[in-house]
Amino acid sequence: MLSIKELKAQVEGKDILKGLNLEVKAGEVHAIMGPNGSGKSTLANVLAGNEGYEVTGGEVIFENKNLLEMDPEDRAREGLFLAFQYPIEIPGISNSTFLKTAINEIRKYKGLPEIAAKEFLVLMREKAKILGMDDNLISRSVNTGFSGGEKKRNEIFQLLMLNPKLAILDETDSGLDIDALRIVSNGVNEFRSRDNSVIVVTHYQRLLDYIVPDFVHVLYKGKIIKSGGKELALELEEKGYDWVKNSELTAASV
Amino acid sequence: MSDDMKVVEDLTQSEYKWGFTTNIEADEAPKGLNENIIRFISAKKNEPEWMTQWRLKAYRHWLTMEEPKWPKVKYDPIDYQDVKYYSAPKKKPELDSMDEVDPELLKTFEKLGIPLEEQKRLAGVAVDAVFDSVSVATTFRETLHEKGIIFCSISEAIREHPELIKKYMGSVVPYTDNYFAALNSAVFTDGSFVYIPKGVRCPMELSTYFRINAMETGQFERTLIIADEGSYVSYLEGCTAPMRDENQLHAAVVELVTLDNAEIKYSTVQNWYPGNKEGKGGIYNFVTKRGICRGKNSKISWTQVETGSAITWKYPSCILQGENSIGEFYSVAVTNNYQQADTGTKMIHIGKNSKSTIVSKGISAGRSDNSYRGLVKVLKSAEGARNFSQCDSMLMGDKCGAHTFPYIEVDNDSAMVEHEATTSKVGEDQIFYLNQRGISTEDAVNMIVNGFCKEVFNELPMEFAVEAQKLLAISLEGSVG
Repeated sequence: MLSIKELKAQVEGKDILKGLNLEVKAGEVHAIMGPNGSGKSTLANVLAGNEGYEVTGGEVIFENKNLLEMDPEDRAREGLFLAFQYPIEIPGISNSTFLKTAINEIRKYKGLPEIAAKEFLVLMREKAKILGMDDNLISRSVNTGFSGGEKKRNEIFQLLMLNPKLAILDETDSGLDIDALRIVSNGVNEFRSRDNSVIVVTHYQRLLDYIVPDFVHVLYKGKIIKSGGKELALELEEKGYDWVKNSELTAASV
Repeated sequence: MSDDMKVVEDLTQSEYKWGFTTNIEADEAPKGLNENIIRFISAKKNEPEWMTQWRLKAYRHWLTMEEPKWPKVKYDPIDYQDVKYYSAPKKKPELDSMDEVDPELLKTFEKLGIPLEEQKRLAGVAVDAVFDSVSVATTFRETLHEKGIIFCSISEAIREHPELIKKYMGSVVPYTDNYFAALNSAVFTDGSFVYIPKGVRCPMELSTYFRINAMETGQFERTLIIADEGSYVSYLEGCTAPMRDENQLHAAVVELVTLDNAEIKYSTVQNWYPGNKEGKGGIYNFVTKRGICRGKNSKISWTQVETGSAITWKYPSCILQGENSIGEFYSVAVTNNYQQADTGTKMIHIGKNSKSTIVSKGISAGRSDNSYRGLVKVLKSAEGARNFSQCDSMLMGDKCGAHTFPYIEVDNDSAMVEHEATTSKVGEDQIFYLNQRGISTEDAVNMIVNGFCKEVFNELPMEFAVEAQKLLAISLEGSVG
């Protein structure tokens, strides 16, 4: 699905990613954890093609295609979805218009006809129910005047509507109370399938109680310094990031 | 059938047909402006003497006036002696097939989604294609006639309905009003006249489009709409097709009058030639539009979408004289490249409990300048008057300008006046967000802009709103990314 090799990237001239490697296969859920400033959000934005982030080296292959050569919209059409850490407001455009446009653009790219109005409505009702979103939230302008929790929920709603191949969740848990966390996680689990993959970027272990990962990676100073199974997240929670940092330092000094 | 034939004849024969007999055979006045030219125009229009005198008075007054310098627009001085003030409606060069039409024009037609037959008509290809719209127009006229609605050119109204013209023309915008209104009063050549009788609700949206005898927008247009007691009309001005117009200077006057319990809804979509990307050419659009809510509970609503012209100077206004009368102004003004717009409204509250709403959306891109200028004036008599104004500006890129000049004058303590203003930029983050959902940058910008203008588009008649959205997309093409 996704193969990242020696990825290097800068933000405003500062090196953030310094040779990152990651392999994600279909059906897998990978959690990427790490302290502040380790490059987690940079990784998410680089993969999505945000122009504010400059790739300075390495390669990314997504579904046998060179991802880094594609425009952001084509990456999305190929099936890469980013759930934003800070979802953006688009005043005056309703959630449903926005989603319908997005779905049709993706379908057009794949050579499919536009979605039928009825099919779209049925799909929207079904997915909204999973996330406990009412009609009001769907007819309102995209994220405009939404609370932090509603915005995050809307991101996962979009994820279910667009049903991409790879979902990257950038700190989707931040700002969520425990109930909202459960609903949002439930939505992500709904998305999980043998064919889809998820990359969960998070600070905290608590999200991983609900979205149980197959792999956990620790990102530190722009590199993955430790990988393991879901128990690694618990160990991190217990011992803190200093534990891996120190072991990394020990490893480096040998 | 005979009606249809006559209409087609009117359309295809451009010669002047009101038997004007002087030595001047030409269909064009020579360049320049003087009393003889005005008499010439008046005679060409076969006007009664009182009209000629009215024009002359306006001209004499114009001579004493000075061009306004206060708008935030820049242009080289206009030589008013270098303008032709009259030429008979020109027959467009007729083309044999669509292959001969300017490809750029065709591209725009396509983007606007104009049907092929309609494209032919607009581009001036072959005649038989016209039949459809002609027969529609004829049926349309009959329906109006049954209801007693008068809808004709202003020249026809001057000849056929002098009592209404004498009573109302210049009653809202007197020729002394301003420089361009005075000029228009002296030299206006055509425009529309509408009268809706008492208690009649006009069953369809009126549009110059259907007033087949005046397809060409005049350089000095004059429009007068009267809604008698308890009547209603929705009037659409303009055509969203990309009409090429060589006239540099346009100075129109529009007057609206509503009597007790009457309502006029006036919608404009204006997309005249804005000049090229370097700012060469383009129309100067200096318009005076004003309505008076003369009767109690009457209402006038202006909705405009302005994307064209090199310079726009335009303030559709309402005089709220009647008790409980309502004035509304909904505006989208888009400027790109080197366009300049200074536009807004005036709401003059005279009647008790009169209410007004102003929603203005300015979008600037390229190196353009976009100003909102508005006045809310509450007179002593306007007990309980209310106004709400909202002026939002959106900037695209960093070389354009947006300005807001709101003036508020209140002479009655019971009045409530609210003003809100915002300025925003089309954000990279917004575009990226939409990109990330599979939407291209161009479509993303259109979406953001349309969302920004939504409150105004909601006021437009459905079909017009769809076209306005497309028009916006064309105007802003290539302005981001």
